[in-house]
Amino acid sequence: MSNHYYNAPDLAKFGAIGEFQKELADSFFSWYGKVFNEGALSAREKSIIALAVAHAVQCPYCIDAYSTDAVEKGYNQAQMMEAVHVAAAIRGGASLVHGVQMMNKVKEISM
Amino acid sequence: MHHALADAGYQIDVLEHQSKLKSFADSLHESGLYPLKPDSIDTFQINIGKMCNQTCKHCHVDAGPDRKEIMTRETMQTCLEILASNPQLSSVDLTGGAPEMNPNFRWFVGQIHLLNRHIMVRCNLTIIVSNKKYFDLPGFYKQHNVEVISSLPFYAKDRTDKQRGDGVFEASILALKLLNEVGYGVAGSGLTLNLVYNPAGAFLPASQTILEKEFKHSLAKEFGIEFNNLFTITNMPISRYLDYLLVSGNYENYMNKLIQSYNPVAANHVMCRNILSIGWDGTIYDCDFNQMLDLKVQGNSRHISDFDFSELSKREIIVNQHCYGCTAGAGSSCGGAIEKKD
Repeated sequence: MSNHYYNAPDLAKFGAIGEFQKELADSFFSWYGKVFNEGALSAREKSIIALAVAHAVQCPYCIDAYSTDAVEKGYNQAQMMEAVHVAAAIRGGASLVHGVQMMNKVKEISM
Repeated sequence: MHHALADAGYQIDVLEHQSKLKSFADSLHESGLYPLKPDSIDTFQINIGKMCNQTCKHCHVDAGPDRKEIMTRETMQTCLEILASNPQLSSVDLTGGAPEMNPNFRWFVGQIHLLNRHIMVRCNLTIIVSNKKYFDLPGFYKQHNVEVISSLPFYAKDRTDKQRGDGVFEASILALKLLNEVGYGVAGSGLTLNLVYNPAGAFLPASQTILEKEFKHSLAKEFGIEFNNLFTITNMPISRYLDYLLVSGNYENYMNKLIQSYNPVAANHVMCRNILSIGWDGTIYDCDFNQMLDLKVQGNSRHISDFDFSELSKREIIVNQHCYGCTAGAGSSCGGAIEKKD
C-alpha cells in the first residue's frame, strides 16, 4: 500500500487508467482532448479556466499540470494568482451565500 | 563561469547515467528511424565564434564576453570554397555567440552574398545597440538581403530579463524598432525578421501558432513592432541549461517530460537530417548541440579541410539523450516547431 494519498509521479501514470477499463478511459481522453482544443474559447483561455477550477476542486495533480500549462501558454504570475483568487472568491461566496438560508431559517423559527 | 558542466564529456556522462531513462536510440528504433541518416543536406550552419555580449542562463554554447574561440578568415575562406563547389548547400545559417563580434563577419557575409546563397544571421538584438560600431547593422543586413533571426524569450520584460540579463528586454525592443525602420518584418518589404521564443524555465514551449499570435498582438500594441514568424524552440538539456535543471532539481521531471512527449513525426524531420554544423575551428558536427557536446560527425570527413559531401550524406547521425529536446511535442529546430499545425 502506498504511503501517500497523493504522489506527484502518479500524474504521469494518468494515461494508464485504461488498464482496468480501456473503453471508458479511451472515451474520456478523446473527449478531454477535444475540450481543450481551440474553439469558441481559445486553448489559452481554457488553460487559465482549468487552473482556476483545479484550485476550486483542490486537485494537486491538476494544479501541477495547469500551472505548467498556463506558464507555457504565456500567462504571468499575477494573472495566474488572480485566476486562483477568482476560484477562491467563488468558493468563499458559495459558503457565504448560504448565510441567506441560515437567516431565512432563523427568522422562520424565531418569534 | 567554468565548472564541471563546461566539460562536454561530463555533460554526456550526466545525460547517459544520471537516471535510468529510455535511450533516444531506442525511441528511434521503435519509430523505424535508427540509425538516423541525412535526408537532403541543404544548409550550412556555421558557428563563427563563442564570444557574445550577453551571458544568458540557458545558453547551450556557454557563450559570453570572456570566450575567445573565434573563426579565422582562413577557415571562413575554406567554408566559401566548399559553398562554391557544392551548390546544393543553398542556405547559410550564421550563429555564435554573437556572430557580429567576429571581426571578419561583414566580409564573410559579403562573400556568401556574392555566391548568391540565402543567408540567415542569428542576431541577439542587443548587439545592435551595444556599441556605435554596430548601429548600422540593420542597413548592412538589408544590403545583403539577410534573413534576421532574433531571440526574444518573451514579449514582456520580466521573463526576458530573468533569462538573458537585466536591461536586455529594453535593448531588444530598441533594436527591433531599428530593424523595423529599415523595413525588416514590415509587410511587403521582402525583408524577413523572425523571432525565437524559448521557455524561461523548466517547461516546454506552447503551440507556436498560439504564441506567435500573442507575441504579434503584444509587441504591436505595446511598442508598434512588427515581425514575420515566431519560432518556438525547446531548451536542450545541455550546458548552462543542464546546469540549471540539475541545480533547481528539475532535471528528472524535464527529461521525463521530453521522453513522454516524444513525437515520431518530429523525429522523422529533425534538422540534423538537413544541415551540417561547422564549429569555429572548422570541425564538422551533426548540429550546433552536438557541436557543444564535442560529438563530431561519424566518418573521415570531420573537418572542412577534409570535406566530402558524398560521405557526409551517407553518414549515421550521432544521437544521445539531449536529442529528445528536438522531438518533444511539435518538435523543435532552428526554424522553430517541426509540426507547424496546432
